[in-house]
Amino acid sequence: MTLFLQQIMNGLTLGSIYGLVALGLTLVYGILHIPNFAHGALYMVGAFMSYFFMVDLGAHYWIAMAGSAAVVAILAILCERLVFHPLRNSPPIHDKIAAIGVLLFLEAVVQMFWGADFRRMSSPFTGIMNFDGLIIPEQRLLIIVSAFALVVALQLFLRKTMTGATIIAMAQNREGAFLVGIDSNRVAMMTFAISGGLAAVAATLYAPINLVYPAMGHLVIMKAFVIIILGGMGSVPGAIAGGMIIGFAEAFGGFYISTAYKDIIAFGLLVLILSLRPQGLFTKGAH
Amino acid sequence: MKPGAKLAMLAFALVFPFLASNEYQVYVMASAFVWAIAVYGLNIITGYCGQLNLAHGGFFAIGAYTLGLLTADAGWGFWPALLGALFMTAVLGFLVGIVSLRLKEHYFAIFTLCVGFIIYLLIDKWEELTHGAIGVRDIAAPYGFGLVDFTDTTPFYYLVLAFLVFAIWFMGRLSRSLLGRTFIAIRNGDELAQSLGINLMRNKLLAFVLSTTYAGLAGALYAGMVRIIGPEEANINHTFDMITYLLVGGIGTLTGPLLGTVGIVWITQSLQFLEEYRMIIFGPLLVLLVIFAPRGISGSFLTWMHRKAQSLAPGKKQAQSKVTAAKQAGEAENNA
Amino acid sequence: MLKVEHLTKMFGGLAAVNDVSVEFETGKINAIIGPNGAGKSTFFNLISGLHQPTSGRILLDGVDVTHLPSDKVARLGVGRTFQTTNLFEQATVLDNLIVGHRLRTRSGLWDVLINSKRLQREEKAARDKAQEALDFVELGHVAGQFIADITQEERKRVAFALALATDPKIVLLDEPAAGVNPEETASFARLMRKMVDKGLTVCLIEHKMDMIMNLADKIMVLDHGEKIAEGTPEEIRNNPVVIEAYLGGGEDAAA
Repeated sequence: MTLFLQQIMNGLTLGSIYGLVALGLTLVYGILHIPNFAHGALYMVGAFMSYFFMVDLGAHYWIAMAGSAAVVAILAILCERLVFHPLRNSPPIHDKIAAIGVLLFLEAVVQMFWGADFRRMSSPFTGIMNFDGLIIPEQRLLIIVSAFALVVALQLFLRKTMTGATIIAMAQNREGAFLVGIDSNRVAMMTFAISGGLAAVAATLYAPINLVYPAMGHLVIMKAFVIIILGGMGSVPGAIAGGMIIGFAEAFGGFYISTAYKDIIAFGLLVLILSLRPQGLFTKGAH
Repeated sequence: MKPGAKLAMLAFALVFPFLASNEYQVYVMASAFVWAIAVYGLNIITGYCGQLNLAHGGFFAIGAYTLGLLTADAGWGFWPALLGALFMTAVLGFLVGIVSLRLKEHYFAIFTLCVGFIIYLLIDKWEELTHGAIGVRDIAAPYGFGLVDFTDTTPFYYLVLAFLVFAIWFMGRLSRSLLGRTFIAIRNGDELAQSLGINLMRNKLLAFVLSTTYAGLAGALYAGMVRIIGPEEANINHTFDMITYLLVGGIGTLTGPLLGTVGIVWITQSLQFLEEYRMIIFGPLLVLLVIFAPRGISGSFLTWMHRKAQSLAPGKKQAQSKVTAAKQAGEAENNA
Repeated sequence: MLKVEHLTKMFGGLAAVNDVSVEFETGKINAIIGPNGAGKSTFFNLISGLHQPTSGRILLDGVDVTHLPSDKVARLGVGRTFQTTNLFEQATVLDNLIVGHRLRTRSGLWDVLINSKRLQREEKAARDKAQEALDFVELGHVAGQFIADITQEERKRVAFALALATDPKIVLLDEPAAGVNPEETASFARLMRKMVDKGLTVCLIEHKMDMIMNLADKIMVLDHGEKIAEGTPEEIRNNPVVIEAYLGGGEDAAA
């Protein structure tokens, strides 16, 4: 029984991370209709920035996380201004290729400074909590709680603040938002900044129980794409729900079926769903 | 492109092994040709048909592994195995195409990205079939029928060159034909193409299968050249490399894939010390190209040539009409 | 020639086109007008097969084409233009038009490989058709220019030529005169008359009232997906229901 509960914990943990990464991705896609292939690179840079702050500069875990989120948010804004904004009227293939260019660049730069080796990052939460035989490492609990808190905070921001409202308005009706005087540039930059920040936080949360290396974003980004196709482009609850589905599928599939092939689960799901419903699971109108 | 230029390039390619200072250079050129064949395939689905296929490298690997496993494990000869590789990539291309080509733009790119990764994962983990991380050794070189030894670099170079010439020739025929124009119409817009009576699925599928077969051919030739392969061949970086070659050379053009591939391969060769920083240059290069010169070298050149021709022609007409006017004026004067 | 019976298209809970029935006669110029969002483009999409109707029937010369996909409908003789046409900018005008005849050809991959007689014949036919269509829209002289180098108005005429190259029986023109000055609008009107004189049926969506009133043989008015009026320009001009719809919708009803 405890093994089963253990997998539930694993599922929740994975789901939280995937959800956070997918969240950033879905915001950018839902509002700007850009599939940001470079999102995985932002995630990776987030991890390395935290690593840098903690290991090289000796900062505390939370400070490192905040610093990393800030750096990646700025990086994301730069991407938006320098790369995606000039391409907004080009054929869709161009911004996909450009995103790939950004991805390659960021990975290469990180590799130049830190090499391709795997690194370990520590966190102050190395303890283990024991609930009546159920063992929960503190870090995992932190991941779940943080993810939950961030999602709530994001929802509050989107629904209760003016800035959040402008983002939602633009997501629902670009033309209308423009007519009403909403500055689409500002919204674009903010959306990217939020997505970058979320990716950095997710990476920093996950890194202590995983490894840090330049290619770490590859798998995550692909799964994040699967998630937003499952959960619906631009949907915040969809990203979380989708993240949880994949997280649980991997936790249970990896344990009960096969560890080697667990990564395929997400893609297998994608193939299945898109074969049956080419427009994705949730579609709001024409896309 | 003028026939003269084509002949010049072919002549250069034919004498290259004699111009090269060592065998290694011939080897590099041969591998550039192999990748160029793959990039020509990418050009069909992405350049002419407009669908960004991120699984292309995966099909290259399938071609390589099919040939490798058939010769090393099943004892086939190179040539039958080559046919096997072509068949395999065509069939798998067909299956993947059926599912993926119904998807719109972005979903197609994402889906093929995942397919490419699944291929890598399967090659890496399915040890019973692919030997996993160990890879495949002792792959057969092409059988020369006692006349030629294809384990030597120079003969292999000419073999690859022959395939490349065929590949380009076929692309040329395709692009100028009604079929090629159909692909381009699809690239211009699904709805517009449909309103012109074009069956999207059938044509996209054809383009996709052609492209995966090209990739499979390239992969098989690669396997026959290097004789040892591993899961690395399915790494997504190869797909990104090919996209770069295609974009630099000129997406959707006939000479683009060749120029881009050969050009970049040689530049990275000569700047060996930059090998580590390749992507630091490639990355921004892709971005800049896509923003400022999306048509690449060939595309921009073709446009420039056409503009030049256009600006000459009206001038000619003007000059001619001036002459006629002068003549008429002269006659009028004479008659006055 | 084109008969639409009780055509309805629902998107979610919203009826974009609601129980529209109308008949368009051969060789006439039929206009569809209505305030923005009235469902006009959706109506065209239903006829040309881009959308499947929720209910109703579409008959083309007596043939039921209701559920046919776009490419089959095109082959049966429905040509159309779109509000924005994407052409291959880095190719000549003529090059862009050659594919217009594709739907009447049968060559495939094998033909390309062996350069069959059939392919050569069909390519020549397509090229001739392209030139013919281009001449018809009076742009024969720009055949060799890049699309990128011709004017906006010429581009629109190239889009017409493309639709004409498919050898249609009826053409659906979606806002052909949008963004074009009065002189050019008049020349488009002349072009449409020319098409009808050749035996084509023309169906157009437009907002320019003066053009419609002088050009159309029959006008259908849509509002919120429903047909609210149908008749000759005279009848429509004086129809109180139509006037009401436009006053409410904020259209430029220049008469």
